[in-house]
Amino acid sequence: MDVRDLIGEAVAGMLARPVRSALTTLGTVLGITTLVVTLGVAATAGNQIVGRFDELVATAITVEVPETEHVPLVEWDAVDRVTRLRGVVSAAALAEDKDQANLSVRSNDLVDPARVTTQRLTVLAASTGLPEAVRGRMVLGRFYDAGHVRRGDRVAVIGDEAARMLGVTRLDAAPAIFIAGRAYTVIGVLGDVRRERNLRSAVFVPPTAGRRFGLRDVSRVLVNTDLGAAELIARQAPAALSPGNGDMLQVVAPPSPTRARDQAQEDVNALFLILGLVSLLVGAVGIANVTLVTVMERVAEIGLRRSLGAARRHVAAQFLLESTLIGLTGGVVGASVGVVAVVAVSAAKEWTPLLDVRLAVAAPVAGALVGLLAGLYPAMRAARMEPVDALR
Amino acid sequence: MPDELLTRSGAAGDTGQEAGRPVIELADVCRDFPSQPPVRALAHVSLQVGRGDYLAIVGPSGSGKSTLLNVLGLLDRPTSGHYRLDGTETTTLREKHRTRLRGERIGFVFQSFHLLPHRSVVENVMLAEIYTAQPRAGRRGRALAALERVGLTHRVDFPPGRLSGGERQRAAIARALLGGPSLLLCDEPTGNLDSRNTEAVLGLFDELRAQGMTIVVITHEQEVSERAGRRVRITDGTLLEE
Ligand SMILES: Nc1ncnc2c1ncn2[C@@H]1O[C@H](COP(=O)(O)OP(=O)(O)O)[C@@H](O)[C@H]1O
Ligand SMILES: [Mg+2]
Repeated sequence: MDVRDLIGEAVAGMLARPVRSALTTLGTVLGITTLVVTLGVAATAGNQIVGRFDELVATAITVEVPETEHVPLVEWDAVDRVTRLRGVVSAAALAEDKDQANLSVRSNDLVDPARVTTQRLTVLAASTGLPEAVRGRMVLGRFYDAGHVRRGDRVAVIGDEAARMLGVTRLDAAPAIFIAGRAYTVIGVLGDVRRERNLRSAVFVPPTAGRRFGLRDVSRVLVNTDLGAAELIARQAPAALSPGNGDMLQVVAPPSPTRARDQAQEDVNALFLILGLVSLLVGAVGIANVTLVTVMERVAEIGLRRSLGAARRHVAAQFLLESTLIGLTGGVVGASVGVVAVVAVSAAKEWTPLLDVRLAVAAPVAGALVGLLAGLYPAMRAARMEPVDALR
Repeated sequence: MPDELLTRSGAAGDTGQEAGRPVIELADVCRDFPSQPPVRALAHVSLQVGRGDYLAIVGPSGSGKSTLLNVLGLLDRPTSGHYRLDGTETTTLREKHRTRLRGERIGFVFQSFHLLPHRSVVENVMLAEIYTAQPRAGRRGRALAALERVGLTHRVDFPPGRLSGGERQRAAIARALLGGPSLLLCDEPTGNLDSRNTEAVLGLFDELRAQGMTIVVITHEQEVSERAGRRVRITDGTLLEE
């Protein structure tokens, strides 16, 4: 028998009952769609997560210091001990006062007499390692140093956003700002902040200066580690910051990057992969069922074909090919719907869709395989039929 | 009428198709069914059917007509005895070769036509070639020629459902004729037809007979058996020439 004839007969058999065939593919369509979407979205999302984690989050630790009545839990110089830990790249301590978060800050009238320069800005006391700790850089001037801190100089560094709001564009005239009525000399503008981006509109003063308006105790420590060191540092930092009271500190550490990615994928995957496989199984059972019914309905046709010289294997091949084609159709439709869905989800999330070409090829093949397996039993039943009985 | 429908294809043309040789030689054939109680559906049946014969097999229900036809059509094997088709001893042949021989030498005509409802008439006829060694090229032309032979050229693209009973049986006969079989085996071919359509089909058998076709018809209709050149009666599995 010519393969083209076999294919022709199988296609004709499938198209003879188009609605039934279409309905029969549904289970496979559903299963393949679920699998393609699951794998596609997981790969796409995983890619996004990995990108972000590797860059920043995986190495950022924040230690929250609760307020205490008497002795502060973390001294300002404790940051130096953290910085010395192996695996720490940079660290800085901050003092923020929740009550006085927004202070009235006014820039020097000399800067631009014409504009309103009074703003309510966040003022923080910060240790000298801040620019590195927030992964920014000084776009103008410099950050204050240990000398400024020791002397209690009335100097301030402002974020680039704060600089824009206050109208500070240059430092050569030593502009002053007034925090709660007191004058501070602006010696630097901090920009390109990549961690704690809200600090772009903040004003930083040395801890010795901040004490004057109530920014006394360290409330937060920002730590940056080497890639892969975050987990270790997160365990070591509390003791380094507050010997004896480390367990009172709250450490916000990222999950390790591989775990983060794997987990993101696993969470999505595990559930939906199972869902997809179950759908495929249901699809296979559906195909098997319908093909078996079809075989029983077409007993006379089987007898006729045998009378025309069809061998058992010809009959088996035809029914097997019919169920395979149904599975293949389900796979092609499912893969198409899945790909469209992945692209749509990516577009909605503004992700770059990451579609494995192999997936687009494997999905229809998987569908065909489901159809093939589902057709085995019905095809065998058809082939075993005795022509005499089939023609009775 | 094209020659190719009368001449056999080379593949099967080597075994005893010379005019003198009978198409069918049954010798002492028995067919026992191992049921409870066991049934001897054919008892020592010997029968020769020559080329161009038109034989009617008659007999009451349950007498063994279908069993005989199944044996003749290579759909069933005798329990004992010998069956030569076109000179080929078939009882010892492997299933594969019997299937091949069946497809190439025998044209079946059934009481219920067995046309595929979703295919056109010509597609139904073409079906007769797909399990044979015939090349695909020219298949539609050969099918159309067979349809011309049964007088159905005006219906080739119709679905069987839009044909009358007589037309359906003629389409089935065209299918049986495709490939030039040695033998037309017809099981109650007019059983589902009214008298006018019966007449048309019988007229067609007459024509085919005149063209040299060998025809074996099972029937319980006297009208049909009378048209055949030769009649055998089967009673309880035993064959009697009339
Ligand atoms: N597969 C079978 N198993 C058992 N007995 C059978 C079988 N086929 C036919 N028979 C018996 O063989 C006898 C002849 O049957 P059959 O050839 O069908 O008769 P007819 O076609 O003349 O009506 C009947 O008694 C029938 O019951
Ligand atoms: Mg019968």
